[in-house]
Amino acid sequence: MRGVCTRSGSLSAADFYASAIYFSQRWNETNSDFPNWVWIPCSRLGAISEDEGYLVLEKIKLQTERNDSNLEELNNCDSSANDDLTDEATLVDVHSHDAHLYDLHIAYSFTYKVPVLYFRGYKSDGCHLSLDEIKEELPSHSVEILQKSKWTFMTQEEHPYLNTPWYTLHPCGTGDWMKLLLSSTSYGENISLIQYLPAWLSVIGQTVGLRVPLELYSRS
Amino acid sequence: MEEEATKYIWEGAIPLQIKLHESEITSFPPPPPLMILGLRIGYLPLLVPPLKAHFSSTLPPGTDNVWFDYKGLPLKWYIPTGVLFDLLCAEPERPWNLTVHFRGSPGDVLTPCEGEESVKWSYINSLKEAAYVINGNCKNVMNMSQADQYDLWQSLLKGNMEGYLKISSRLKLGPFGEDSLPSEASETVASSRPSRIPVRLYVRSVGEEIVDIEDAPIIDSWDKISYINRPFEIYKEEGGYVSLKQALKSLLPETFNTNSSQEESSTNVKDPNAPDFEDDNAKLRLVRVQGIEPDMDIPFFWLANCLRNPEFYLHICVFISKQPKLI
Repeated sequence: MRGVCTRSGSLSAADFYASAIYFSQRWNETNSDFPNWVWIPCSRLGAISEDEGYLVLEKIKLQTERNDSNLEELNNCDSSANDDLTDEATLVDVHSHDAHLYDLHIAYSFTYKVPVLYFRGYKSDGCHLSLDEIKEELPSHSVEILQKSKWTFMTQEEHPYLNTPWYTLHPCGTGDWMKLLLSSTSYGENISLIQYLPAWLSVIGQTVGLRVPLELYSRS
Repeated sequence: MEEEATKYIWEGAIPLQIKLHESEITSFPPPPPLMILGLRIGYLPLLVPPLKAHFSSTLPPGTDNVWFDYKGLPLKWYIPTGVLFDLLCAEPERPWNLTVHFRGSPGDVLTPCEGEESVKWSYINSLKEAAYVINGNCKNVMNMSQADQYDLWQSLLKGNMEGYLKISSRLKLGPFGEDSLPSEASETVASSRPSRIPVRLYVRSVGEEIVDIEDAPIIDSWDKISYINRPFEIYKEEGGYVSLKQALKSLLPETFNTNSSQEESSTNVKDPNAPDFEDDNAKLRLVRVQGIEPDMDIPFFWLANCLRNPEFYLHICVFISKQPKLI
C-alpha cells in the first residue's frame, strides 16, 4: 500500500517495490549518460515474484580517489562549490586499462524493513576486489567509520538472492537515520514514501562514492 | 515442557565422519577420518581445533583457510550444523560423511571464515537481528557487556545450556506469541503492532515422481535451495492459533497459493478436513525442525518456542514438490 511518510524511518515491502520502480524510472530519465538501474524480480523454485526483487546497477565506475585524475575529461555536469560534492558518477570508461568497476544492488530487508546496499568491485581483468582494495577506494570518511568497527559497518555477507558473497552496509541503523532525514524540514511534511529510495540513496551513495543527481528529487 | 525441549535441542548432535581432502594429504598411509560429534546448534568451523590436531602432521605447508564440503557441495559455515544435516541429507546419514579442506576456500561461493571470531560475529549478528524482529530494536543485544557477550559465546561453544540461559534470559526475547500477551496497560500499544517471530526457511524442490523423499537427489549447488530469511508476522487480535502449515504458506505465498494475498493467508483458517493444498501450485512433502518432522497442525508459536535455536531463530527445512499443471 502506498502511504504518506509515517516518520518511522522504515517502509513495507510493497512500498519498497513502488519506490524502487519510481526511483529507477526517474534515474533512467534524468541520467541518460549513465547505465540504468534494472529491477530483477525474485525467482524462487520456478515461481517469479510479482513484487519481491532487487535493483541492480552494474559495471559502473564510482567516484574514487584513484579515478579523480580521469574526472575532468569525463565530467559533463556542473561541479558545486564544495569540493566534497564534486563527486560525480562517471561514465564507464572501458578503455582505461586499470578501471575498477562496481556492481551495486539494492535489496529489501524483511527484518529491518529498510533497503540494503550490496556491492562488489572488479579489476579490469574481472578479478574481485578484496576488502582492503575497496577500502583504498572508498571516500575517506567511510574508511574512518570502517576502521572503528569492522563488523558493524561494512561486512561481507551472502547476497539474499544470489548465492555469492557481497559487501554490504549493515542495515540495523538505517531506520534511525532515515527517520531523521525524512522528518527534516528540507523534505517537508508530506513526503510520499515513493521517494524513500532517492532519499536513502542520497546518504548511502556518499559512502561508496555514488552521487545521486539532484534532478531525481524534483517533483514531476 | 519448553525446558525439556530446550534440553533436547542443546543435547542434539550429529555424528560426523570427517576426512581430509585427498589433495591435501602429503603422508602415506593417509590419515584416517576423524569421528566427532557436531552439536546441532553449533557450527562446523568450531570443529577446527580437533580437526587441525588430527590432520596437522599431513597437511602441506601454507596458511589455513578451512572449509567443508558434502559430496562436493561447499558448506555455508554460518548455517547451524543440525540445519545443514536436515536439509542436505534427505535420508539421514549416520555418521554424516564430510570432507574438510585446509586450503583454497572457494571465495566466489563462500564468504570467508577466519575461524572462531567470524562464527562468533555472525552469531551475534543473528542474535541482534532476532532481537530486532521480536522487539523492533536491538538495544538489549547492543547493550550487553563485553563480559556477558564473552560468557554467552563460551557457553554456546561448550554446549553449556544453563550458563547460556542465565545470560540470554536477561535479553527478554521470549517466549513468543500466546505466552507473552501484553498486560492490560500496554494492550492498546502492543496490539497495533504484529507479533514477529524470527524464521529462516530452507526450501528445496523434489520431483513429483520421487515417491520416497529419502530418494531425493543430492544437492550439487546452492542455487537449488531457496533461503528465506523473513519474520513470521501475526496480529494478536486475529487469533493466536496459527498452525505450522498456515505459517509456511504465508511465508511462501507464490509457491503455494496464487489466489490469496500475502496479508490474508497468514490468518486464513481453512477447513482442517479439506484435502491438503488442493488450490495450490506446490505440495509440502517434508518439514524438518531440529531433526523432527512436526505435525503440520501444530500451533506455530508453540513450535517456535520449543524448537528455536539459541539465537532465537527458528530454522525450518522444507521439501516441496510442484504440482503438475492440469491441461
